[in-house]
Amino acid sequence: MNQNLYNYILGIADNSLILGQRLGELCGHGPSLETDIACTNMSLDLLGQVRSYYQYAAKIAGDGRTEDDIAMLRKEREYVNVLLVEQPNTDFGYTIARQFLFDVYHFLMLTELEKSTDLNLSAIAKKSIKEVSYHKRFSSDWIKRLGDGTKESHDRIQTAINDLWTYTDELFHQTEADKAMVEEGVGVDVTKLKEAYYKEVENVLETATLDIPESKYFQKGGKQGIHTEHMGYLLADLQYMQRAYPNMEW
Amino acid sequence: MTTTQQNINEKLIPILEQISDPEIPVLSIMDMGVVRSAVIEGDTVKIEITPTYSGCPAMDVIGDDIKSALKKAGYKAEVDLILHPAWTTDWITPKGRQALEDYGIAAPLDAEADKSVLLEGKQLVKCPQCGSKNTTMISQFGSTACKAQFKCNDCQEPFDYFKCLK
Ligand SMILES: [Zn+2]
Repeated sequence: MNQNLYNYILGIADNSLILGQRLGELCGHGPSLETDIACTNMSLDLLGQVRSYYQYAAKIAGDGRTEDDIAMLRKEREYVNVLLVEQPNTDFGYTIARQFLFDVYHFLMLTELEKSTDLNLSAIAKKSIKEVSYHKRFSSDWIKRLGDGTKESHDRIQTAINDLWTYTDELFHQTEADKAMVEEGVGVDVTKLKEAYYKEVENVLETATLDIPESKYFQKGGKQGIHTEHMGYLLADLQYMQRAYPNMEW
Repeated sequence: MTTTQQNINEKLIPILEQISDPEIPVLSIMDMGVVRSAVIEGDTVKIEITPTYSGCPAMDVIGDDIKSALKKAGYKAEVDLILHPAWTTDWITPKGRQALEDYGIAAPLDAEADKSVLLEGKQLVKCPQCGSKNTTMISQFGSTACKAQFKCNDCQEPFDYFKCLK
């Protein structure tokens, strides 16, 4: 099997799976009916995209594992999502800040992945980007509404942005699989997205009357499977059914 | 592979037109434009469908419904889910758009108008109940992945708007 391609796909898919899981936690718990529905809709989009990626990864692995096995039955150290997406729904400000900081990246990444020489990845990217453009609109819009809203909403979204900022740099770190796939014209060179990313993020923050965090200290590790303390709890929730009732299906 | 043309055997059209979208029952899967090809090979029908949204839970149901409808008609069916070319709301037929409106769902505007409606709050979406364009977006996301929530300021009715996907 093409180990680099397999790892590369997981690198993309795990971000969406874990963020989808976080958004799904808000089902029935969102701050208002509309935002609740929006978060679960985005979760559904992300999980749908994830299915396409894991189906493809399962095909490459070719060892009998299914998309569900890959999604549900790995150990914490085997998930390679960035730390940003596993951060908890502390309050609506954190949920929106996390979404926004990921959406801007996600959109830029998919725009490049559309050009992949791998036709499967390019097709998934073309499909996903339409959905992700709605996500980005939603989260950017809320950044502005909260930032330029009341003092309370302003302070809380600023706190969330400040706290999550430390996880943004990792988005642009290359793994070994990344490097190999960029070489083959399959993968996206994430290092090249960094400038456009911060430019767009900072533009929205300015419009939202928010300060751009100055801290240059960044966390990393997710892409190597070293996660924050939140990840274990998230996986316990995500994997409960498959662990308790192995091989159960819908 | 990149063609947007549908390749559908005419004999199969009446069968496929009987199958509806489980989330919008007034709309057949043909009106929805999700059937991309349907060819007969011996006693087997090979069908390709494409999802509206990636996570659309209706796709599994549609696949099963196709299989059972074709079985009744004496065919075996192989259903494949394809992602490329990606579905667009342009593939909803004029008949489908009318069915949406009659059902109380505002049909998608073109991409440009869609953007100004969802982002700038322009009043371009027509209330499917009274026809007024004096409408307000409540939420960019609605009861299913493909819809946004609106309300009419004249007749006061809330309604769904089928978002443009291009
Ligand atoms: Zn009305």
